[in-house]
Amino acid sequence: MAREILQHPLSSYLRTDMMPHIWCPGCGNGIVLNCFVHALDELKVDLNKLVVISGIGCIGRTAGYTNTDSFHTTHGRSIAFATGVKLANPELDIVIVSGDGDLFAIGGNHFIHAARRNIGIKVLCVNNFNYGMTGGQLGPTTPLDAVTTTSPYGNSEHPFNLVHLAAASGAIYVARWTTLHVRRLTQSIKKMMQKEGFCFIEVISPCPEVFGRRNKLKSGLDMMELFKKASVVESFSDPAKADITPDKIVVGEFVDIEKMSYEKLFHEKIAQINEREVEKVS
Amino acid sequence: MTAKRSLLTGVHFLNGDIACAEGAVAAGCRFFAGYPITPATEIAEHLSERMPEFGGIYVQMEDEIASMAAVIGASYAGLKSMTATSGPGFSLMQENIGLAVMTETPCVIVDVMRGGPSTGQPTLPGQGDVMQARWGSHGDYEIIALSPASVQEMFTLTVEAFNLAEKYRVPTMLMGDEIVGHMWEKVLIPSAEDLKIVNRKKPKVSPKEYLPFKPDEDLVPPMACFGEGYRFHATGLTHNEHGYPQTQSAEVHFKLVHRLCDKIRKNADKIVKVEEVMLEDADVVVFAYGIVARSALSAVRKARAEGIKAGLLRPITLWPFPEKQVAKAAKHAKAIVVPEMNCGQMVGEVERRARTTPVDFLSKFGEEPHTPLEILEAIRRNN
Repeated sequence: MAREILQHPLSSYLRTDMMPHIWCPGCGNGIVLNCFVHALDELKVDLNKLVVISGIGCIGRTAGYTNTDSFHTTHGRSIAFATGVKLANPELDIVIVSGDGDLFAIGGNHFIHAARRNIGIKVLCVNNFNYGMTGGQLGPTTPLDAVTTTSPYGNSEHPFNLVHLAAASGAIYVARWTTLHVRRLTQSIKKMMQKEGFCFIEVISPCPEVFGRRNKLKSGLDMMELFKKASVVESFSDPAKADITPDKIVVGEFVDIEKMSYEKLFHEKIAQINEREVEKVS
Repeated sequence: MTAKRSLLTGVHFLNGDIACAEGAVAAGCRFFAGYPITPATEIAEHLSERMPEFGGIYVQMEDEIASMAAVIGASYAGLKSMTATSGPGFSLMQENIGLAVMTETPCVIVDVMRGGPSTGQPTLPGQGDVMQARWGSHGDYEIIALSPASVQEMFTLTVEAFNLAEKYRVPTMLMGDEIVGHMWEKVLIPSAEDLKIVNRKKPKVSPKEYLPFKPDEDLVPPMACFGEGYRFHATGLTHNEHGYPQTQSAEVHFKLVHRLCDKIRKNADKIVKVEEVMLEDADVVVFAYGIVARSALSAVRKARAEGIKAGLLRPITLWPFPEKQVAKAAKHAKAIVVPEMNCGQMVGEVERRARTTPVDFLSKFGEEPHTPLEILEAIRRNN
């Protein structure tokens, strides 16, 4: 008797012909993708009006895995690319799913300017504290003293506090979760999707294969245990005080405000100009 | 009073940058992303005023890397898109010009060339970026690059650049220089009905059957845009006809890169345009492009008045290189004179096609282009 092939209830949100994915055992990327498609499902998002955009890196493959219009840009340029898409067609929902190195090292300039403009782009940043795809080099979020392939004696660079950076740059919604907080993360993604303007969620995610094993966190489970032990849920606490330390990861929402989006302001200007011109003609 | 948002038509006195901006609007460009840079700034300034009048977008990005990325994004969202810059910005754009090549994005990049390398001479003309236009990004690829020699051509070739970009799904470059950018001349703008406008091919199949990178016979795939229900994927990685990454397959990579080159190479006869003046019986051929061709034309006429059989071959298309035209002109010529505002760039291409015909290279840059007399002396010398 032929066995029935079971379909995942959310498989329609994925390009199943792209599976299996490239991610390592113990990686948190699958959890983030799972939360993302659950959020899409609960919101009944029109997949024909959603564009998923990624930069380069492990999580950058997400754009290819979601069953929407999608684009995999050059390293660090997803936000700049997305700015063009959103301005050209403000009706589209734009979600960027990319990594900490992509968004905040090579792409850092684009991030702060997109947040400043308040363009309607939703950024889901998976922070695994290092460059995973290239084999585990230090990045802008690598904790002090962490051992990576390019900090063999321990990291001497101070890392970014991403939620503080996002808030200071002008993001209207800022949250941080770990891959342990799947329900809260899903709710947070839902909230972000419904806002108008530049939004940012940081997800702390395990990378046991190339980061953890050099830092006494050999498995995904070890890393999840750390997240469990260190994370403290706080509601709208000061992002400036949310530096990640070995003992404490403040998670929760940090910013949730309203501000007119750039594309709305710009398109309103276009409408005003053209109304004025029509008056002039008549 | 007429609405400002109407297209310019008829005779106007414009500078080259403004003519280029008006050409973009006339070609149907509705998205401009850029970053201020001398001597291309006036294109951005003019479009910041004109784009909104047509419901289009002007966005000033944080740098030229972002400008080029935004142009690709807007093109994928369905708008004809462009940016304009000069040497330093052109260098920053090369990364995403490669992405535009790989993802077959119709877009126009204007480079109003100044003196380089590096910050060089911001307010003075140069022709030092013509090889960068061809080879500036990494990997093997082909692009199209046009060379305007007048303010009129800053208009007409901008329209042409959009037509070629849309037709072949390839980044197309307009390689002007500080003089054609800032010079004021008479421009004749045809009415919209008389202007040939090309739009990208759209898919004729249902979303289910659509393969975003499956080419038609002309080697160009029809292009769906975001939000049209096709739900396709595009990537800068080596990809198959589905647009899915296939980075480990020699066959997929070889086939893809060859097609990206072949769609330009095999259509080169349709793309390449040159201006030929008194070439039929020319003993001395001057190969000159851009503003230098204006001096060259004057020199050729003066030489003819002296009884020297001189002729001008002016490539309007720099890339793909007009190799057949050069080879043909070289066949019966005693020599080819190549004046360029650089240390020798297109002259190498001329030498490759001229075979045994001697090529005399005239290098001049730093302030002004070659005078007609300087070129005339070279014609006399080679007669």
